[in-house]
Amino acid sequence: MTLPMERHVLVVFPHPDDEAFGVSGTIATYIKQGIPVTYACLTLGEMGRNLGNPPFATRETLPQVRKQELLASAKSMGVTDLRMMGLRDKTIEFEDDEKMVGMMENLIEDTNPSLVITFYPNYAVHPDHDATGRAMIRAIRRMPEENRPTIYALAFSNNSKEDLGEPDIIHNIKDSRDEKMGSMRAHISQTAWMLQEMDKRLADGEPEAENWLHFERFYTYDFNKDFE
Amino acid sequence: MEIVKVEQLQELLNNFANEDVYIHLETTNGAYATHFNENVFNAGAFIRNVLIRFELGKVAGEAPHRVGLKLPHGWVYAQGITHFQLDEHGRLLMAGHDQSGKLAVALEISRTPFTY
Repeated sequence: MTLPMERHVLVVFPHPDDEAFGVSGTIATYIKQGIPVTYACLTLGEMGRNLGNPPFATRETLPQVRKQELLASAKSMGVTDLRMMGLRDKTIEFEDDEKMVGMMENLIEDTNPSLVITFYPNYAVHPDHDATGRAMIRAIRRMPEENRPTIYALAFSNNSKEDLGEPDIIHNIKDSRDEKMGSMRAHISQTAWMLQEMDKRLADGEPEAENWLHFERFYTYDFNKDFE
Repeated sequence: MEIVKVEQLQELLNNFANEDVYIHLETTNGAYATHFNENVFNAGAFIRNVLIRFELGKVAGEAPHRVGLKLPHGWVYAQGITHFQLDEHGRLLMAGHDQSGKLAVALEISRTPFTY
């Protein structure tokens, strides 16, 4: 599948593995089409709980492990503009709201994106996800309408389909399957159990079309149905 | 990290008593607990780089252990500690890992602030 051309794609998520399951195939596809992609990751996932038993990391060494995983994921997707924003895992919703909007405005000013990919506020389960999406959408809402980039928002809370309907953007990313597997494997400290689950679902005869390796789904954010 | 050896951990705890130390204490079900099972009441607590001075630290109970710090006017304790390590920065890291390897509780003591 060839995706529509973009000037620049800006992807903003809070945790090092947030891109892996939902977006890495899309990112790799854009890059292969020659579209520049910036991935801004707000934290280093310092509060990750998967430390193994016996543990392979401590609470204090985990950020370094996850930083290396993030670098490996970026490499697998072909991302050359990876930005680590220096916030701390599980604290984003407690940061000053204006500071967060300012961070997003700087990223937009710097990259001049025609498309932004982030989480759908209130439908993204983790407080950091919702806070990241909130800050980005607030920043874009303040732009003159004609200058606003398109927003693809990721929603996966249990009530998202009920409230928002089906995602309107569906990318067939099968041609970027290897890059996506590479991204998911890069984050192995956090994704091991999800990869197991995926293997099990496939083994149980789930149609491949349902699989993470085939499709990625987004909601085009609609300011006429603003979250606030 | 290695599995708690009570005498060894007790001795390490003793070394931090009666001086100003920074602590990290957290417990959590994970942010997705309610997403996967709406019957879970998701609660947790997190403090980092709070300066305390304890007069007595004690490892108690069978594994998983409880570790309590008695302060002149208060207490800090953690339940479910399974692993410990004195790291290369001289910090005492204690953690409780469940059977699946997820961190359930952490208590850490350091003479210097933890990274932000």
